Amino acid sequence: MDTIITSKILLTSALPMLTALLVMFSGKKPNLRESWSVIGSILTFLSVLSLLPHILAGGTYEFTLATLYPGVNIKFHLDGLGIIFAGTASFLWILASFYCIGYMRGLDEHAQTRFYVCYAVAVGAAMGAAFAGSLFTLYLFYEIVSIFTYPLVAHHQDAEGYAGAKKYIVYLMFTSKAFLLPAMVIIYMQCGTLDFCYTGIVNGIFPAGANHVLVAVSYFLCLFGFAKAGIMPFHNWLPSAMVAPTPVSALLHAVVVVKVGVFSICRVMLSVYGVQILHNLNLGIITAYFVSFTIITASIIALSKSNLKARLAYSTISQLSYIILGVAMLTPSGITGGLIHIANHAFSKITLFFCAGAIFVATGKKDIKEMGGLGRRMPLTMIAFGIASLSMIGVPPSSGFVTKWFLALGAMELKSVGLLVVLLVSSLLNAGYFVPVFLKAFFGKELPEDASMSGSLENNRLIMFMVVPLLITAAISMILGIYPDLFLNIIHVMVGA
Amino acid sequence: MHMEKYLILNTLSYPVLSLIMLVPLVGALISLVIKNETYLKILGLLVTLITLVLSLPLFTCFDLHTAKYQFAELRAWFPLLKLHYVVGVDGISVLLVLLTTFIMPFCILCSWRYIKKRMGEFIFVTLVMEAAMIGVFISLNTVLFYICWEAMLIPMFLLIAVWGGTRKDYASIKFFLYTLCGSIFLLVAIVALYIKTGTFFIPALMDQEFSFAYQMWIFLACALAFAIKIPMYPLHTWLPAAHVEAPTAGSVILASILLKMGGYGFLRFCLPMAPAATIYCMPYLIALSLISIIFGGYLALGQTDIKKLIAYSSVGHMGFVTLGIFLLNDQGLKGAILQMINHGITTGGLFIMVGMIYERTHSREIADNSALGMVMPIYVTFLGIFCLSSLAFPGTNSFVGEFLVLFGAFKKSVVVGFLAIPGAILAAAYMLRLLQRMVWADSDGHAHHHDEAVGDGHAHKLDDLSFRELSMVVVLAIFVFWIGLYPAPLLNIMDASVTHLLHQISVGGSVVPVDPHSGHQALLELGNWCKQMMTF
Repeated sequence: MDTIITSKILLTSALPMLTALLVMFSGKKPNLRESWSVIGSILTFLSVLSLLPHILAGGTYEFTLATLYPGVNIKFHLDGLGIIFAGTASFLWILASFYCIGYMRGLDEHAQTRFYVCYAVAVGAAMGAAFAGSLFTLYLFYEIVSIFTYPLVAHHQDAEGYAGAKKYIVYLMFTSKAFLLPAMVIIYMQCGTLDFCYTGIVNGIFPAGANHVLVAVSYFLCLFGFAKAGIMPFHNWLPSAMVAPTPVSALLHAVVVVKVGVFSICRVMLSVYGVQILHNLNLGIITAYFVSFTIITASIIALSKSNLKARLAYSTISQLSYIILGVAMLTPSGITGGLIHIANHAFSKITLFFCAGAIFVATGKKDIKEMGGLGRRMPLTMIAFGIASLSMIGVPPSSGFVTKWFLALGAMELKSVGLLVVLLVSSLLNAGYFVPVFLKAFFGKELPEDASMSGSLENNRLIMFMVVPLLITAAISMILGIYPDLFLNIIHVMVGA
Repeated sequence: MHMEKYLILNTLSYPVLSLIMLVPLVGALISLVIKNETYLKILGLLVTLITLVLSLPLFTCFDLHTAKYQFAELRAWFPLLKLHYVVGVDGISVLLVLLTTFIMPFCILCSWRYIKKRMGEFIFVTLVMEAAMIGVFISLNTVLFYICWEAMLIPMFLLIAVWGGTRKDYASIKFFLYTLCGSIFLLVAIVALYIKTGTFFIPALMDQEFSFAYQMWIFLACALAFAIKIPMYPLHTWLPAAHVEAPTAGSVILASILLKMGGYGFLRFCLPMAPAATIYCMPYLIALSLISIIFGGYLALGQTDIKKLIAYSSVGHMGFVTLGIFLLNDQGLKGAILQMINHGITTGGLFIMVGMIYERTHSREIADNSALGMVMPIYVTFLGIFCLSSLAFPGTNSFVGEFLVLFGAFKKSVVVGFLAIPGAILAAAYMLRLLQRMVWADSDGHAHHHDEAVGDGHAHKLDDLSFRELSMVVVLAIFVFWIGLYPAPLLNIMDASVTHLLHQISVGGSVVPVDPHSGHQALLELGNWCKQMMTF
């Protein structure tokens, strides 16, 4: 297992930033502008792909860009955990780039250049977070994501948009300043460095004699400081952020932004604290029960939402906590289940959001109650919706099943009946809020004003820009269930080491 | 007198320190005979740029391995009083000298259009100001220090009183009275030190072992002067008034350099000359710093005037500086010094940005300057950079300083560390609020002022930045990121001096026993005196 020191790994986060610049300077020519987005996203994904073989062979990449103060570095380090997130996010960005064309042109949105620029920068910053090799680097990119997604949430520039965006930035900035900043200082005080531990996930960076109280305090500060993970009680920004255009909700608030939060928490748990210290101080099991509360509560709230995007938002909050639950179990199966859910949830949830957006562009409908009979007019979309829902619920052979399988294994390894019950109840709740949407679309009655209309809504060229990506993501979320080996191998290398 | 042992005499081909003080003075004299406004502006710019270039060897030729005073010049001045003309810089003052010479060209540039009357006097006053400020930082004897300290007062007063806004009389007099009040105590302390020791030489005064009670009085007298200057709660009320009414150049000088005089004074006088008293008063000053941080941030949150908002934010930022200073540990002191430089660059940049928008809309109200995002994208980009820097965004200069101060605070006590965190949160809150309101539309989603501006005859067309304006903010932004990503050169320069300062405090603090009784008494007497002054 060797470490290659190369500046090549900077490329992956630099490419989206470069894309943003090109997009900015070609704002007057929409076709050229969108081509840059697509080309940039493809190149970004290829750059991640080129790093994969070495990671699969058990190696890592490393590069130090700048040293602010001894131990406080802007440092990049790519290992299995990072490449799962980076690979997933950059691949979905390609599909989202196509989807954006359909959505933004379909609705004739204003300020599209600003939209594409911020979109690309947010993805680039997420890549930077995935490649981060120190807590400071992670924090830096985490904050860049916060700042550059603000214009996306406030995109409509109406009262509702401003209110949602304000809540968004207040939650994220408050938690990062109030919790993350002191946590970093305490960690630095105890360890003398903010670099991650690069030798496996067992030992963190804390020295043997570290003050246990401060370790625990800084741990919880990190847990709440990365509020993008949507752990209750700091979850409320996510439903508010749904005022954004749907491609933002899809790629950013189901994959990139929220996963930056979850990824950061996983990274901090595994590479800063390490399994050993979390286990010794019982922090893992406390976290597991804590996020279980989020899993159940968010699902119950989702049941009560009739706006499709709001329901999906609460579903996201619930599902994100699965990832943290898995890692917090601190057993090999648990960690595997958690980390693989980063990819599984991404593919399934982005499909669901893509569907919601396609429905909105084609029919203008946001509310589930109005979607009766929609399956007959948008069959492909609603089938994709169904597949992704099954994955969320965890029905085999979908990818969600793999997650639930490993999480259940982890709970059994811990001999924890409580966590098993949580998994079971939450699966039932998932079914409870996804199945009715599907049923309504295919078997429900059309609203009287829709009854006169007929024919498919999916043969419009712009709508096809949206339907094709969502079919691809739905297919992949099924393939990942049948053939999860790629991700399992990466995680195996990571957890095994 | 063995003054040489504290000094490394200047080895450059020219007397660099005297020269950077003299060049602005000569420039000021020349400005008196020129009548043409354009020539005056060019003269001002040239003089400040020449000063900047002349001061650069201070950075490049600085010896990092010594805490002695470098580039020193020593000449007899007034032998009867054993008074020498002695100047020199150590790792702390050299950075502030460089900050001064760096900021001054911006003060001329940002006044290019802003100053509409009495251009000759303006250039004269600004250049005199520069000479005086450099004098404060380089002088190593208390007399020259005090002369320059007082010499800053009049030009600043004039800057506000002549070129200021609508309430300029109130603001300038308030500024004058406050600062003068502090200066008098400084003068008393300087005279008392001379009577006691027979020397005006600052490094020699640092080596004296005064009794604890004497240290207490020296400390209180100096600290009062510096706390007003920096300004520390509850002596901060002159600052918002002065900032709001001052012209852009005045605000920049005030925020970037004048406030640093207070921090510099603490480091040069209070800490090394009265170490035992410093240790005794540390908890009180930490408490006042924390109050300044939170109170300044809280008040900034409620402001509708952009300049007032930045002024109150300065109170909070300077609270971080004094907090760092009085933590009396390595990280705290380095963070505090770095934060002084950072604040000079960032807040200077913010005031320049405010000046630019004021020239266009003739209003400093946030509400009148909203929704600029679509109209002035370049302006908004740089405003964003300076706002983020001000809220200590990672990767910008302030983050490093704030992180070091917080590190020092947590090292001292976890409680102090956590008490400083609300300041960081408030900074994010008021800066993002400012940014949101200026870039995006107001709450009803409309940007109506642009239409009105066009409609009311004398339309203020909102052009984006001109080349002159752009060049200013680009240079400042480069420094924002440079210090944010690579602060090592600055930290290296201050390293030896900070270590030496900590050594002085620990030695001085242990030789002279801290006597809680006399410390208490001194504080009590000061408190009584303040009470009497209040009723009077």
